[in-house]
Amino acid sequence: MNETFLPKIPIGHWADLLIQFITDHFEGFFGYIASGIQSFVDSLVWIFALMTPIVFILICVAIAFWRRGIGVALFTLIGLVLIYDLGYWAHAMQTFALVLTSVVLSILIGFPLGILAGINKTFHRIMTPILDFMQTMPSFVYLIPAIFLFGTGMPPGVVATIVFAMPPTIRMTGLGIRQVPSDLIEASDAFGSTTWQKLFKVQIPIAAPTVMAGVNQSIMLSLSMVVVASLVGAPGLGADVYLAVTSLRTDIGVEAGLAIVIIAIMLDRISQNTRNKKTGES
Amino acid sequence: MKKLEVKQATKIFGKSPKRGLELLKKGLSKQAIKEKTDLNVGVAGATFNVESNEIFVIMGLSGSGKSTLVRLLNRLINPTSGTILIDGEDITRMNAEQLRTVRRKKISMVFQGFALFPHRTVLDNTLFGLEIQGVDKEERKERARQALIRVGLKGYEDSFPDQLSGGMQQRVGLARALASDTDILLMDEAFSALDPLIRKEMQDQLLDLQSDMQKTIVFITHDLDEALRIGDRIALMKDGQIVQIGSPEDILMNPANEYVEHFVEDVDLSKVITAGHIMTRAEAMTCDRGARVALQLMNDNGISSIFAVDRNKKLLGVVDADDAAAASKSGTPLREIVQEVKPVQVDTHLSDLFEDISKSTIPLAVVDEQGRLRGLVRRAAIIHALAGNTAFTKAEEVQNV
Repeated sequence: MNETFLPKIPIGHWADLLIQFITDHFEGFFGYIASGIQSFVDSLVWIFALMTPIVFILICVAIAFWRRGIGVALFTLIGLVLIYDLGYWAHAMQTFALVLTSVVLSILIGFPLGILAGINKTFHRIMTPILDFMQTMPSFVYLIPAIFLFGTGMPPGVVATIVFAMPPTIRMTGLGIRQVPSDLIEASDAFGSTTWQKLFKVQIPIAAPTVMAGVNQSIMLSLSMVVVASLVGAPGLGADVYLAVTSLRTDIGVEAGLAIVIIAIMLDRISQNTRNKKTGES
Repeated sequence: MKKLEVKQATKIFGKSPKRGLELLKKGLSKQAIKEKTDLNVGVAGATFNVESNEIFVIMGLSGSGKSTLVRLLNRLINPTSGTILIDGEDITRMNAEQLRTVRRKKISMVFQGFALFPHRTVLDNTLFGLEIQGVDKEERKERARQALIRVGLKGYEDSFPDQLSGGMQQRVGLARALASDTDILLMDEAFSALDPLIRKEMQDQLLDLQSDMQKTIVFITHDLDEALRIGDRIALMKDGQIVQIGSPEDILMNPANEYVEHFVEDVDLSKVITAGHIMTRAEAMTCDRGARVALQLMNDNGISSIFAVDRNKKLLGVVDADDAAAASKSGTPLREIVQEVKPVQVDTHLSDLFEDISKSTIPLAVVDEQGRLRGLVRRAAIIHALAGNTAFTKAEEVQNV
């Protein structure tokens, strides 16, 4: 191997140095973020606990019924009761809190970035390779710097989940904005809209179904990250699956896995893009 | 009054439009410039005025630059050079803020594909312009309702655009433009996407609205019949240039060049030319004169009947030579031998004259809206207008060569 015609480029070493540099100089900053994430997740878990399972289930069923109708509502009811029955309720709530936090942050960060990418071509060109990188880099890799910057537990899990789950929201928001028909943009301009009026009255409302499809994907990707997040100590159903794998416990594996699937299907159906009922299109 | 003045407006698409301007100055055509460079000349040196309350039609085939030209008028597309004055103010020099004000207050637009917002109800679409201007909520709703009533869409306020037919959707587009109450209305192929019957209905409605509201309308179309039907004046475009500007009759009777001739050769003249165009001076006499005078006048002019009018030139009827001769012998007053005739209006199209003229033994009397005699139309004049038009003979010659 010493015979190579090219000396090894120390990319790995550079990454190491970069993380070292960031931890040395911005430790406090990342500490704040970590504790912010931690307290957000904690308060969600606290709220869920306060609700008691029955209230939580009823709220979920109501949302499912409002969004999609009787079928999904029934599935939600049976699914959540099953999770409770199997004894995974507390862990399910932790997973729920993790996913919700990641998705909320993904939207908070991703939506504005997506709009910018939709409006500005240069930003779109810069953003595209970054998003490709974020999505194709194996998700485990994010865990390493996440531990350095955010310690162990929920915060690095949330951050790694966001990095992996946010790209669809950015992409689809940008796509939705770019897909607004040009004559609608012209109409908006012709009546004297400002840039903001055009954005909020025309572009965002028309892009909304596409944006929702992106958010739906982000939710699904977040759920797919819960097991990975458990590697850095994020509690919840992911940790159960991890435990099952390491101790070869089929029973726990199947039960916890099933609970994740139930939550995934429920969140997918609820967040799935349904056409505006008023226009009568399906 | 000039509402809109366009001077040498030019739009060149491409990376270095200044170079295109120089080439245009040297007299190169759109095609030549396209071959030489990557530049695409959209509009080249368009100059015209639009008067207040006029329907000015810009017509041309696709690629002639008409859609680009209309977008220069509210700067949806920025002109490369030239000036565009609205009420004497040059919009090409305005900053974004001033331009917005002009778009809100002075000039609104109707689009070919309707461009309605699918997420808004008909009412919310209609009040869009007012909402953008920050008009009070109740007031904008009221004004939008009024606009919808004007276009005949009362009762559809809460529908969504995709629940309406094409014609109705474009009525919403029209109402949206009317709601802002701007003086100038730009209509970019507004009726082209509609099927022929609906299109004609919309044209009629536009003409009705126009006689009511007195807007200044710039109407873009590729349909010559439409242009002739609704245009007070027509500008014909080809390859980004205006080839001819004139009234519909001007364009038909005196085409500026072969292109225009070729363009108009298939037009059904009987639907364009009106009685007013071909009428000739009518001999008439007031009724208080005697039958003898009537006879004398007929003799002098070599005619066998004469129109009788009152002191205000209002048509009373016709006096026949035989009757007049009898009356002058018996001393009957002229008033008693006047026979009623069915007159035609000045703006009646030739196609609507055929039946009347075929039944009538005497020329048709042409009257204005007040019923005053303006002239007469002879059979020969109709046939002449339909056939013996020098411009059209030339067009055929050109084709035969």
